[in-house]
Amino acid sequence: MQLSMFFQHLANAVSLGSLYALVAIGYTMVYGILRLINFAHGDLLMVAAYIVYYGRGMFHLPWPVSIVLAVALTSGTGIIVERAAYRPLRNSPRTTILISAIGVSFLVENLGLVVFGGRPQSFPLPAMFDSGSAKEIAGVRVENITFVIPAVTLLLLLALLHIVHRTKVGMAMRAVARDFDTAGLMGIDVNRIIAVTFAIGSALAAVGGIMWAMKFPQINPLMGMMPGMKCFIAAVFGGIGNILGAVIGGFLLGVAEIMIVAFLPSISGYRDAFAFVILIGTLLLRPTGLLGEKVAEKV
Amino acid sequence: MRKTRLVAIVLLLALFVPLLQGCGGQPQGQAQEEEQKPTEVHIGVYEPMTGPSASGGQMTWEGIQLANEMYPEVLGMPVKLHLEDNKTDKTEAANAVTRLIDQKKVVAIIGSYGSSLSIAGGEVAKNKKIPVVGCSPTNPLVTQDNPYYFRVCFIDPFQGKVMAKYAYDNLGARTAVIIRNVQDDYAVGLANYFKQAFIELTGDSKSILAELEYNTGDQDFTAQLTQTASLAPDVIFAPGNYGDSALMIRQARSLKITAPFLGGDTWEAPEFIEIGGADVEGATLSTHYSVQATGTDVSKEFVDAYRAKYGKEPNAFAALGYDAYLMILDAIKRANSINPEDIRDALAETRDFKGVTGTITMDENGDANKSAVILQVKNGKFEYLTTVEPF
Repeated sequence: MQLSMFFQHLANAVSLGSLYALVAIGYTMVYGILRLINFAHGDLLMVAAYIVYYGRGMFHLPWPVSIVLAVALTSGTGIIVERAAYRPLRNSPRTTILISAIGVSFLVENLGLVVFGGRPQSFPLPAMFDSGSAKEIAGVRVENITFVIPAVTLLLLLALLHIVHRTKVGMAMRAVARDFDTAGLMGIDVNRIIAVTFAIGSALAAVGGIMWAMKFPQINPLMGMMPGMKCFIAAVFGGIGNILGAVIGGFLLGVAEIMIVAFLPSISGYRDAFAFVILIGTLLLRPTGLLGEKVAEKV
Repeated sequence: MRKTRLVAIVLLLALFVPLLQGCGGQPQGQAQEEEQKPTEVHIGVYEPMTGPSASGGQMTWEGIQLANEMYPEVLGMPVKLHLEDNKTDKTEAANAVTRLIDQKKVVAIIGSYGSSLSIAGGEVAKNKKIPVVGCSPTNPLVTQDNPYYFRVCFIDPFQGKVMAKYAYDNLGARTAVIIRNVQDDYAVGLANYFKQAFIELTGDSKSILAELEYNTGDQDFTAQLTQTASLAPDVIFAPGNYGDSALMIRQARSLKITAPFLGGDTWEAPEFIEIGGADVEGATLSTHYSVQATGTDVSKEFVDAYRAKYGKEPNAFAALGYDAYLMILDAIKRANSINPEDIRDALAETRDFKGVTGTITMDENGDANKSAVILQVKNGKFEYLTTVEPF
């Protein structure tokens, strides 16, 4: 393989990986605080993409307004989902909430089919992300969006780490993560903190969804399924619950997926299967993931 | 508490009542049907109304509905259409056909866009002995070993040959790369026929530089395309879903791949151009029918009615849906019966049926031997290039 071709593959991999990382952060954050895998995360991503689509296409809102609107409304959706489907089950066994999460995922997907229609739509793009605008650096072609996504991912990563470790809300989140009951006894409004966690997680999903649609400008109500799966794998691979781990997991998954096609083109059809092999391998060999904490299961 | 439980139990039992009736009532119902004269003809439709192929299914459904409005009766009875969404999913396709036959008691079925879906649905129809007319499933396996499946379109060995010949003669291509969706029977089949025909034309087994693969739902094709760029082929043959293919061509152009993209009939959807934008300019595909090709009287009637009803230009899928419906009506008339077996026999004997998309004669497999048209995207529209007769 030529060197320039290898670097092209690497650029493609970074581009894909940063997108996985962006979505995986939100996944892992909610898990880290609540020990709940929010299966509806991928579908919130779809909701955000459609809000921008309608905002731009139907109401001709400027880009910043539609993006802010999408993030705000998706956050709201996240809070509603938590209030309606997760809070009533707060004291139920964990499996019950997990099944409720799967139900929410199906509900959002099918509501999307009814409301938005099943036909894939073309996502409007700002001119700066047109395919013709790709830059060439030392023989490697890179789309403009490839520069934006890692920057956004990094920015949100830093913001999130700041919130969780340096603010009062973050301290409360960590306390809730340790123990709901004790946190409540210490005067923390557990329900409010969990709602905030969901709002932030959903906002992250919204940003991920908008970036996703800008990179792959074709949206449909089921577009969140595969990203949801892949980013869940990324989060588990990096160590679910660990925010930095999600970023690393996302990047590694992107690199692995691209490189398997690059070096073994004859099995390129098994690319998705490969991602799931990573998931199974991680669970077997290192269940807590790359950066996962080694904690004994709470009894 | 006790009251609510009682209510719950009653409700639960109520759920089973129709089920029990269904079980016990069936033989009785059948006996009644033979005595009573039927008053309606039920025709089922299973198409992807949602999912990645939704556009194709919806366009086909528009054509079928139009045909039903124009020709709402057969043998003096009104024809009632029943639509089931197969959700672009093989399992759902089989379920949809089962529902149509068991619950809606249809005597014939139309569908489905997508060969994989048709193969899955066809298995059920074959076991239940209900004839099906496919509108646009082009894989040969759809009708093979299935005496109950017919279709109004050509099949992929022909479509593959047409595109290989176009690449070789009109574009002067001597090398090609194939990128196909491995999960899609249509794409895999069509790619194979293209490969065979192209190798035959060039006389060089190495003229296909690579065969690259992806999966349904993939959105990132940069790895396959980087591979393709390094091989520098004259053309790229990439049969697949219109949405996936449009994304792929976008990514190819941003990687500065300039080779022309060729595909099959599934690309003919407005979304292909909406999603692909300026990047799909020049993309060339083979399909069943074009408004711009000189047509028959039947096609004129269809085009006028379609424009009046939907306010837009019809495409091949609407035309095929229209033809499939009318071919079933034609068979019912000739059979002078709405018994599924009689309809099947009459369908198999279809000769020189004048459809919108051409003259249809069923061969021994239930396939139509028809011409293909080649379209190219120009200025954001599908423009007609030429018609290719069977060869």
